[in-house]
Amino acid sequence: MSNAFIAFQKNDDSRCIVEAILEDNPNAMVDDQPSMVKIDVPNRLVIKRETVEEKMGRSFDLQELQLHLITISGNLDETDDEFTLSWNS
Amino acid sequence: MDMKASKKLGLKERYALMTRDLAWNTTYQPMDKVFPQTTYEGIKIHDWDKWEDPFRLTMDAYWKYQSEKERKLYAILDGFNQNNGHLSVTDARYINVLKLFLGSTPPLELMAARGFSMMGRQMNGAGPRVACQMQAVDEYRHFQTQIHSISNYNKYYNGMDEFAHQQSRMWYLSDGKSFFDDAITAGPFEFMVAIGFAFEYVLTNILFVPFISGAAYNGDMAAMTVGFSAQSDEARHMTLGLECIKFMLEQDPDNLPIVQRWIDKWTWRGTRKLAAVGMMMDYMLPKRIMSFKEAWEMYVEENGGALFKDLARYGITIPKCFGQTIEEKEHVSHQSWIGFYMKPGATPFHTWIPTPDEMDWLSEKYPNTFDKYYRPVLEFFDAQEKAGNRFDNKTAPMNCQVCVSTMKFNEPGDPMEMCFRESIYKGEKFHTCSDHCKEIFDNEPEKYIQTFISSHQVLQGNCEPEGVDVNAPDFQPGKQILDYWKLDKRALGDFNGSEDQKNFAAWREQATKN
Repeated sequence: MSNAFIAFQKNDDSRCIVEAILEDNPNAMVDDQPSMVKIDVPNRLVIKRETVEEKMGRSFDLQELQLHLITISGNLDETDDEFTLSWNS
Repeated sequence: MDMKASKKLGLKERYALMTRDLAWNTTYQPMDKVFPQTTYEGIKIHDWDKWEDPFRLTMDAYWKYQSEKERKLYAILDGFNQNNGHLSVTDARYINVLKLFLGSTPPLELMAARGFSMMGRQMNGAGPRVACQMQAVDEYRHFQTQIHSISNYNKYYNGMDEFAHQQSRMWYLSDGKSFFDDAITAGPFEFMVAIGFAFEYVLTNILFVPFISGAAYNGDMAAMTVGFSAQSDEARHMTLGLECIKFMLEQDPDNLPIVQRWIDKWTWRGTRKLAAVGMMMDYMLPKRIMSFKEAWEMYVEENGGALFKDLARYGITIPKCFGQTIEEKEHVSHQSWIGFYMKPGATPFHTWIPTPDEMDWLSEKYPNTFDKYYRPVLEFFDAQEKAGNRFDNKTAPMNCQVCVSTMKFNEPGDPMEMCFRESIYKGEKFHTCSDHCKEIFDNEPEKYIQTFISSHQVLQGNCEPEGVDVNAPDFQPGKQILDYWKLDKRALGDFNGSEDQKNFAAWREQATKN
């Protein structure tokens, strides 16, 4: 099984996004690197708008991820509510 | 009057309305005449509407987020520059990695901008056209921000100001130039595999992620903000490349062998280009975070492996070169650094022998190769330098006809033997650095016999500054090569004893004492 991953620049917004990912993806593994953080999840990684909003305490448009993300791995699907990266293997 | 506010459109509806809905099929001329480039490579497409950008990014949202990225980036750059940030990097050796990185990358970004502008015109479908146009603007942004980032360093350090002139002339910049020249002169689909897949997915993941994370660790906020800001666009670019590959494979089974050949070719070309990034990570960052080998395993072996496994459902197999790249990950960064160390009179950045503790770090990270093959060479050079005999190879290198890397890589399975291959085409002999480059050459010899290799051309009198009479009886090819390159002579030679080294020490002293 391959890992889907996403990496963010470290800042206050991405801290909340990472918390949301950890909550919604029980198998998530966090790799803390200088000035960035990378999160791997076997096969499928999902970011849910509602959870991010809960962590941030404000409304959040998933397209705001563009501002913080550094790299991704996996087939992407983005809707208003979910940002999903997955591998078909 | 109806005052009820209309419901905000969802992402999918907005994307459909603002990309495909704004496009139209031509009627004065047939579509295949308006888009003539997308058929000659043999790729068969039946329904362009099947291509959708999974980010579903529309132009209005694109401008909004890109302008926000720019504001952040320039705020950091201004703060860094106003605060004498260049003196807060780990040590002055670090500046040399910027000379290499920021001296070689902006012209490639510009080529990518040109290439994607062409793709934005040539692709039949509205989905890929819009995504390619966005990528063209991104690449232009990277080109500009990298130059803005280097301009502050250029005020203080030597050898950074002629990168645009040197791009087409300098021996060690030829490999990157050839990568983009090869891609942009291919058809549109091959270009998408070359840049969207090999460059974005294989290369930038190492250059802009662990290397830039390392730049941040070395106190360089300017390179960090430029690198991460660029890479936030690359996530979109990788997605575009991956979508293009899936799209071709889903449209027609006849596309499979063509796509497979491109994946084989460009995975290898990307690998060769990465050798220099390896040495940047292993030798040029004074504070190291991760070895090139570890980065390779994370971003190429695991991440690339995941992609190839995913594409197996279409019949794609792991690229032929993959096994060799895994063997080479323990060698190429050392071979590159030693290669550059041996030419102190021919680069606008300095080289040096790693300190004893840095050599120990390399031994630990490369337990199978460093002590056995590379430490003895570096220690020999070190002893020679201390005896006043700093190694200086004054000959021109020989370059591979395909990847234009200097010939320095080893024979597979034998690190003590240098690898050369040759092909005969129309009675002339052409050299390549590996089986994979030879295969690329043999498949399209008419293309690669045209490669401009400056270190070969110089011998034919084609690399001289203006005003030199190449027919004069006493003409010596290459005698004025430094002027042809417009190479800043203060930037030559070993780091030890360089003007940069002295200035940095003096300025840092000034910055911390009264």
